[in-house]
Amino acid sequence: MNPVAEEKPTAVFLPGRNPMAEAWRRFRHNIPAMAGLIFLLGFLLLCLIGPWLTPFGFEEQNRSLGAASPGTMGEAGRHWLGTDRLGRDLLTRLLHGGRLSFLVAVAATMVSLFIGVTYGAIAAWCGGKRDAVMMRIVDLLYALPFTVFLILLMVIFERSLLLLFIAIGAIEWLTMARIVRGQVLVLKTRAFVEAARSLGRRSSALILRHVLPNSMGPIIVYTTLTIPNVMLLEAFVSFLGLGVQAPQASLGLLINEGVSAMESAPWLLFFPSVAFALSLLSLNFVGDGLRDAFNPKE
Amino acid sequence: MISACRLFFFGLTPLLLLAACGPSDTRVEEGNRTGILHVGNGAEPSNLDPQTITGLPEAKIVSTLFDGLVELHPETNEPVPAAAASWEISEDGLVYRFTLQPEGRWSNGDPVTAQDFVTSYRRKLSPRLGSRYAYMLYPLEGAEAFHRGETDDFTTVGVTALADDQLELRLHTPAAFLLDLLTHSSWFPVHADTLEAFGDLDEPNTRWTRAGNLVGNGPFRLVSWRPERFVQVEKNEHHWRSGEISLQGIYFYPISDPTTEEREFRTGRLHITNTIPPDRVAVYRDRNDPEFHSQPSFSTYYYRFNTTRPPLDNPKVRRALKLAIDREAITKEVVRGGQQPAYSYVPQGDFTDYRPGPFFQYDPDEARRLLAEAGFPEGEGFPTKEILYNTMETHRLVAEAIQDMWSEELGISVNLTNQEWQVYLETQNRLQYDISRSGWIGDYLDPNTFLDLMLTDGGNNRTGWANEEYDELITQANREMNTARRNELFAEAEALLLQEAPVAPIYFDRTNYLMSVSVQDYYTTPTGYRPYWRVNLVSE
Amino acid sequence: MEAIPTLLAVITITFFLLRLAPGGPFADERDLSPQAQAAMEAHYGLDQPLVMQYFRYLGNLARGDLGPSFRYPTRTVNEIIVDHFPVSLELGAWGLLVALSLGLGAGLLAAAYRQRPQDHTIMTLAMVGICLPTFVLGPFLVYIFSLQLGWFNVGGWSHWSDRILPGFVLGSFFAAYVARLTRNGVGESVLMDYYRTALAKGLSKRQALWKHALKPGILPTIAFLGPAAAGLLTGSFVVESVFNIPGLGQQFINAAFGRDFTVVTGLVILYAVLILFFNLTVDFLQALLDPKLRES
Repeated sequence: MNPVAEEKPTAVFLPGRNPMAEAWRRFRHNIPAMAGLIFLLGFLLLCLIGPWLTPFGFEEQNRSLGAASPGTMGEAGRHWLGTDRLGRDLLTRLLHGGRLSFLVAVAATMVSLFIGVTYGAIAAWCGGKRDAVMMRIVDLLYALPFTVFLILLMVIFERSLLLLFIAIGAIEWLTMARIVRGQVLVLKTRAFVEAARSLGRRSSALILRHVLPNSMGPIIVYTTLTIPNVMLLEAFVSFLGLGVQAPQASLGLLINEGVSAMESAPWLLFFPSVAFALSLLSLNFVGDGLRDAFNPKE
Repeated sequence: MISACRLFFFGLTPLLLLAACGPSDTRVEEGNRTGILHVGNGAEPSNLDPQTITGLPEAKIVSTLFDGLVELHPETNEPVPAAAASWEISEDGLVYRFTLQPEGRWSNGDPVTAQDFVTSYRRKLSPRLGSRYAYMLYPLEGAEAFHRGETDDFTTVGVTALADDQLELRLHTPAAFLLDLLTHSSWFPVHADTLEAFGDLDEPNTRWTRAGNLVGNGPFRLVSWRPERFVQVEKNEHHWRSGEISLQGIYFYPISDPTTEEREFRTGRLHITNTIPPDRVAVYRDRNDPEFHSQPSFSTYYYRFNTTRPPLDNPKVRRALKLAIDREAITKEVVRGGQQPAYSYVPQGDFTDYRPGPFFQYDPDEARRLLAEAGFPEGEGFPTKEILYNTMETHRLVAEAIQDMWSEELGISVNLTNQEWQVYLETQNRLQYDISRSGWIGDYLDPNTFLDLMLTDGGNNRTGWANEEYDELITQANREMNTARRNELFAEAEALLLQEAPVAPIYFDRTNYLMSVSVQDYYTTPTGYRPYWRVNLVSE
Repeated sequence: MEAIPTLLAVITITFFLLRLAPGGPFADERDLSPQAQAAMEAHYGLDQPLVMQYFRYLGNLARGDLGPSFRYPTRTVNEIIVDHFPVSLELGAWGLLVALSLGLGAGLLAAAYRQRPQDHTIMTLAMVGICLPTFVLGPFLVYIFSLQLGWFNVGGWSHWSDRILPGFVLGSFFAAYVARLTRNGVGESVLMDYYRTALAKGLSKRQALWKHALKPGILPTIAFLGPAAAGLLTGSFVVESVFNIPGLGQQFINAAFGRDFTVVTGLVILYAVLILFFNLTVDFLQALLDPKLRES
């Protein structure tokens, strides 16, 4: 193959520097973003291995020890964060719920990412009338009351996590499509893409190998900012009683249970809310940090 | 940074100003002075037509706007005069003759006549009205045939106006519980002239129940109905008993969230709440709060088994599941609202003289033995079944506890599914569930209101269970005039029911509510009626 | 003009989606006899073929009649909207006011102190609003301000002070977004040449910010108002239920759960019209403020 085409495309417009490394260097100096990242990694790790760390199962009940305050000694060990009304260990449930919430959020975001990127890239690449029509459709969809439809879907069909992913993903892809389209439109005219095209590369290969990797910045930023939105949506769905099935737990569900026990067992509200709020705050900080890192202005 | 602080605290300034000029009198204090009662009423009433409503939020308001022939004395549960001043029952228990109150008046001043009752019952039984509770009138001779459209000659139905103040009801078989039945809103009269001003007499859902249109014969009259805000009623000066009524009016607030309702109460905005959030009951009870009230309710919380689905079609399996539920643990450790563990289907207590005692006990060993006999030793090979419940925290907690008990004691695993109310009802009706949480509040104080649910093809059976012997026992019991003999037949039927176990009773519910100490003479009957006309308010 | 096909699509999807759903409006714990069921269905025309029902619905809609409610049988959907929509609209307006005043203020301040501790403090505070679900923030504020301090009513919508807590809770969520957009927008214009020139010409920082950074910096915020309006609407579902406010959001949720077909369809149509209207308004505002857009 021609060595020119094999050249790293990034080098074409930022000669001599790897933009990813550059962004990481800037990101590292952003204190809130780094703090957020560290918290997120720590919390995720805990969620993943947590169930093996605590001596309790997430659905293991000890009904005689219902709604015990934090620090109470249980049969198998100490309930560091207390227990819920059925005597289940809150810490275990929190970690279990955190895992499920992140799973839903990441999966739904991936759905939106996939639809949005494909749609946006195709629209921009085709250009002309087809682009205009495709983006007009996006505009029209923006005008639909989506949350309203989400509720309808959740009420109407058998509830499942899969449906939740798809429904939320289907709501969130519109903005992603717009962002990707904007990026691709710009990159399409860049020299390295033109060069590759003149070498007779297929469009799909071109988009995947040359265009998308160069749009990574905005895509990553928007993806990071979509995850907290999805987590909020999941919490909203739990509030309506349409969330995951008992005895499974998600952060949204735990919080919702906690609200009704606000005065009699405040820890049931406090710990899940704090975990939830810190996760969202961290995700937002990381997202903002990434944006600043990819678009250096100062 | 100073400006940042200013920015974030400028919002506080109006708050502080507000605090300085907060209202001095709460709604309750003001109500105590003016004789206005403020009541939390649960959900928004769907309608105020006594002949078509089905829910308690509606019934509570409707029973202030209309009077039946008799009502229950709140302390003795005995029928006492309401729209009827007195009554006689024939020897054979088939004919009831009522003398109406001589001063009985509608809220527009018209006299209440026996013909009003006849017209009302014709409307109630008209197929076109589509009343769910039409079967409440079935004890009347010919009522069922008329409702099914087999005849349109209403004179075949056993209700006659003998004179303006003389009403006669004729039954096809003696029904010992008829007077209890009459306290139900299905038997309340409606004002025909008013109804006909807004449509045909039996046209469903016309506007006659709007404020300004509605005419009733109850101790209060409808003043205003603002959806999702309140329903306001005031004392009906035309009522024959208005001299005895000290309350000037009542506001009913639709507050569906118990936590919000409790907070409204604590800030002096309600005299009486509809309920108490489950996790707050223990708090109030433990400190002997004078505002905390708890009364037995004539209702059972139970699980239905779909007897058309294997292995739940095997009575041994159902009995095993029934016996492995630790009801003490559920009432004491899970729901904790003072509920009573249920070892019978008909609620036990001082409701009726039907007290057959417990039919079974918590017995995990026997449960294991039965399950093994049915072919699932230690739960081996038992397919994963599903517990269905309607979305509500208490139901979820109970289901989670039972799931845990069955897994611990029997080694079987079940999944939980929650559905919205309407979907849940539909799923039950179509027998598309395995195990379903259920509840029933008696319509009248008699075991029959529970036991006739489980008749073969009964509309509210919803388990697919059919047993001719059971049907026969219930029919016999309802023909029996001798109370003791009747109760024996019921007990025999109930023993059979619980042996076959298409249902597993869990607990008997209670009505828990908060009430300001300024409210006197307030009662709530076990079937959920509240004679508000007796209430007196005292201001401290 | 594209609004009409969009609306038609919304109506059609909603109409048929609801009829696919399990559970009918007449399900009740007390069984309905077959005769009564038939009578009810005939009364509401539900016994006719689905396509007939659909066209009849469209015909009534063209005349502005959204039909009767099934769950509140004496009320029509039009009456429900007239009764409850003003409440939601007012709540939304308060929410928007809070979002804009808090959000713009915090965003401008943060931009002025960009990348300094003040910036981080303000942005962290502002972000708390999007990190806590409204169903936590609401009951928590009620606990503090109503139960402990006794300043406000626990819920309801009768006294003027009943607007403060719900408006704040609803608005604070969007205030965070507005703050972020404003900070970034204004922050970027602060780095532009024209802003530096203005400073060099001797304008004070405050004057320069106001005159040269605010207008271009606020554009992203205005573009956000379209989605925000839709969000305020959904946000009000929760806020109305937390504060027991007689608004349309609660009606919608209850109707969806209660299979009240006509109410759900009617409200979905209303929401779609509202969102379309807001997007148009936003387009118009953007064109008004952005000279580049105006030319194209």
